[in-house]
Amino acid sequence: MSKTSRTGIIAPANAKKDSIIEIRAIAQHDMETGFRYTEDGKRIPRDIIRLFTCRYNNEEVFRADFYSGIGANPLIIFNTIAVASGTIECRWTGDDGYEAVNQVNITIS
Amino acid sequence: MMNLFKLHASSPNLTRRLYLSTLGILGLSTSFAPLSALAKKPEVIEAIAKIVGSNIPRDGRVKLVIPPLVESGNLVVLKVAIQSPMTTIDYVKAVHIISEANPSPNIFTAYFTPRSGRAELTTRVRLADSQRVWAIAQMSDGSYWQGYADTLVTLSACTEMI
Repeated sequence: MSKTSRTGIIAPANAKKDSIIEIRAIAQHDMETGFRYTEDGKRIPRDIIRLFTCRYNNEEVFRADFYSGIGANPLIIFNTIAVASGTIECRWTGDDGYEAVNQVNITIS
Repeated sequence: MMNLFKLHASSPNLTRRLYLSTLGILGLSTSFAPLSALAKKPEVIEAIAKIVGSNIPRDGRVKLVIPPLVESGNLVVLKVAIQSPMTTIDYVKAVHIISEANPSPNIFTAYFTPRSGRAELTTRVRLADSQRVWAIAQMSDGSYWQGYADTLVTLSACTEMI
């Protein structure tokens, strides 16, 4: 797996103040479990995303630890309260120096 | 039972042996199913004990949804929702998802904040086998709640080769 990869965030561009919004975040990643073997019996080393964080205007609102049990191209759907206009930034970090950052803007009315 | 995480068929003989032994275990597991449904496995008990410490998780408040029957264990949609007002004084701190039959019991841990609004989460997980999956929620008042879901993973998941 490369050091970074394609990611995507789906969140509403506009929201009413104090409403609960849904955020969908996905990263392109094989999530190699470390429990598989090649045909000649060699163990394939683990290579997964271990940490996902979401910051809303630089304040952490959601965090998740991933283990081998998360499927390839991890998709995570969670909620947050729309408090103010600004940016929602998601960060994925993992094995072998993997890191990906993506952000979306949100306008609160 | 054979699982999708460790498949190593180097010779046709081995494949056959794996296939036959799986058949055997399948037969056994159906006869023992009611028995194994009662008790958690030692690794699972250990994984849960690591989370809750000396506390005893209570049943309820946690709703875990996975399809009762899945064809492939590679991507199984898992949804967890915890009943909580999610205010600054009473909210869900974290939810831990524990598998009974995967090679590593931990699937993921999600940390909520009062800013989450709702303690709900959807993601896609790997399931090595037909099994029970547990969700343990840690509340801000220090109490623990648990919920579970059973699923049947059909053998097609085990045919995956590299």
